[in-house]
Amino acid sequence: MSDSSAISVDSLAKSYGSLHAVDGISFNVQKGEVFSLLGPNGAGKTTTIEILEGLRNKDGGKVSVLGLDPWSNGYELHKRIGVIPQGFKFFDYPTPREAVEYYAALFGAKVDADEILKDVLLDEAASTYFLHLSGGQRQKMGMALSLVNDPELVFLDEPTTGLDPQARRAVWDVIRGLKKEGRGVLLTTHYLEEAEELADTVAIMNHGKIIASGTPEEIIAKYGSGERMSVRGSSALAGYVRANTKLKVDYESGRVTVLLARKEDALAALEAISQSGMEWSELTTMRDSLEDIFVRMVGEESENGISTGGKA
Amino acid sequence: MLSIRRTLADLSVFGKGYVRSREGLFFTLVFPIILIVLFGAIFSGGGGATTVYVQNLDNGPVSTQFIAALNSTTAITLVPVPASDNFSQYLSSHSASEGILIPAGFSVDYSSDPPVPVNVTLYGNPASSTSGIVEGITASVLNSFNLHRANGTAVLSFQAQSIASKSYKYIDFLVPGLIGFAVLTSPMFALVNVSSTYKRDKIFKALSLTPLTKTEWLLSKILWYVFMTLISFVLMVVAGVALFGAQFTLSLGVLPFLLVGPLMFVSLGMLVGTASNSPESAAVVGNLVTFPMMFLSGTFFPVQSMPAYLQSIARVLPLYYVIQGLTNVMIYTNLGSALFDLAVMLVVSAVFFGLAVRFFEWRER
Ligand SMILES: Nc1ncnc2c1ncn2[C@@H]1O[C@H](COP(=O)(O)OP(=O)(O)OP(=O)(O)O)[C@@H](O)[C@H]1O
Ligand SMILES: [Mg+2]
Repeated sequence: MSDSSAISVDSLAKSYGSLHAVDGISFNVQKGEVFSLLGPNGAGKTTTIEILEGLRNKDGGKVSVLGLDPWSNGYELHKRIGVIPQGFKFFDYPTPREAVEYYAALFGAKVDADEILKDVLLDEAASTYFLHLSGGQRQKMGMALSLVNDPELVFLDEPTTGLDPQARRAVWDVIRGLKKEGRGVLLTTHYLEEAEELADTVAIMNHGKIIASGTPEEIIAKYGSGERMSVRGSSALAGYVRANTKLKVDYESGRVTVLLARKEDALAALEAISQSGMEWSELTTMRDSLEDIFVRMVGEESENGISTGGKA
Repeated sequence: MLSIRRTLADLSVFGKGYVRSREGLFFTLVFPIILIVLFGAIFSGGGGATTVYVQNLDNGPVSTQFIAALNSTTAITLVPVPASDNFSQYLSSHSASEGILIPAGFSVDYSSDPPVPVNVTLYGNPASSTSGIVEGITASVLNSFNLHRANGTAVLSFQAQSIASKSYKYIDFLVPGLIGFAVLTSPMFALVNVSSTYKRDKIFKALSLTPLTKTEWLLSKILWYVFMTLISFVLMVVAGVALFGAQFTLSLGVLPFLLVGPLMFVSLGMLVGTASNSPESAAVVGNLVTFPMMFLSGTFFPVQSMPAYLQSIARVLPLYYVIQGLTNVMIYTNLGSALFDLAVMLVVSAVFFGLAVRFFEWRER
């Protein structure tokens, strides 16, 4: 593990009976970066993150968080990390302010409760019982509690699931704030745009395995089908372009699509279209978003029958 | 390692939640009084001693002494039944449920050497609390006689003592019984619920990420329920005395029972709550543990009024020792016996507490 990495995971495995919930994954999280584990339900995100938090024991592989073994050095580690479990719940009756003060007493930390609540945009509900907080407010209270001990690294397990778009954006702001303060963040999410929006590095997880990782741009470049140009036209047009250029041309329900490996390809394609003298309209270009890649990769795995949760 | 600061911080959050939720407060402040009023009213029967019919087929000196001893307790009024009548027919024709039948040869058999076993027959309705009291009183008078016989003390020098020298009313026994009820139920039900829902909601996981330890968490619950038990105790004592004229001795001897009792049942509730997979199954198991213990340990009526086999079951129930101990301190002022009850409680508590800390998992393997 290099000095700059906050988390290192090597061939991590965890099974529940015959189900390989986490099936030999490896990744590194650099200090101060926002790292996102992106995956559908049951991918193994919570299992992974809870192993890193020292809340579950692993079956195999190596993990190191801030240089510590989370399971055997949990008590030490917990002083330096902040955590919001998935679907964060708390006692019914403390208010967010009391909850922050409670955590401060437990950690022996001197904190200004109101300031922390302001940081997570919860100051307006500082005196409402947890029981009566909205879903988004509860999530923000979880964030506030995770910050009481001034953590170097924050683990957020689906912090925005079930929130309305406005509350989600508020949580995003808080996460951006964490990064600005130099804290590392490990974030799990189902939401592509969330990972794309916040993460420096994304790992796409499915059936216990990481199927792609890198910066969002890297993933798009590596797994995306590249830039494409498409016009409305006939199959004859598609045939003409294919015959007169070296480009890869597809035809489907009235649209001719040309794959653009280099930007000169666009000019060549347009020239061929123009030379054909055939009807064409509606010129568009497009490229894969992370979402297209995610949906395709996760979908392909399911179609190929790998969806049983990873046989050994 | 144990941190008082963390324990108190947890105690303060838990206590505030308890007060704010109101259900808890109802159990601590209102329920004890309701119980005393309810049971006191049902069983005090408008006051006055229970009427007990006695048929004496013996006529020797010992049986006369025996009847006198029974009579000296103002809790029962004895009505003699002629030896010529059929006793059980006589009882039913007088709509009476309590009766004592002294067999012929009682005095001779008692005094013979070696003694011949004598059976005094008690008639009663096992469901009635008065029968329990009659049985308890008769049993203790008989015991005194047996003791004197075994010690070779002259029968006629027998002095009515202990139970026979004082008069007890049902309400007197009811107060320690219901205090035992409070010691059992409020920590048990609360901890079964709290620990199973915290487990489901992953609140324990969240807490495990703070420096709070399992022992500190448990200790704070114990402190809270000791506090609640003390409040319930005061309320029940005051209500018992003010409303029904209950009589008992108040001494510092009750304190250890009010401290160790909650320790025992907080730990047991914790064990049941965390061993279960869901709050629903925890509630079922909790009820299975709590209700039989509650009824069999002498909360609502003295254990002495139960059939022998139930009495032997009662002796393995931890609550039995809480109520026995409190009764020994408050009613009989028999501190020696109370010490034994306390010793049993301490051992059981240590085991429950140890198991609770051991098996209560913050995390997942
Ligand atoms: N304690 C457990 N016992 C048995 N199976 C479990 C346990 N925890 C998780 N699993 C299974 O392991 C797999 C991965 O679960 P995990 O919670 O890690 O997924 P996830 O990626 O967090 O999903 P989600 O997005 O729905 O939260 C799932 O199939 C789940 O059913
Ligand atoms: Mg999850």
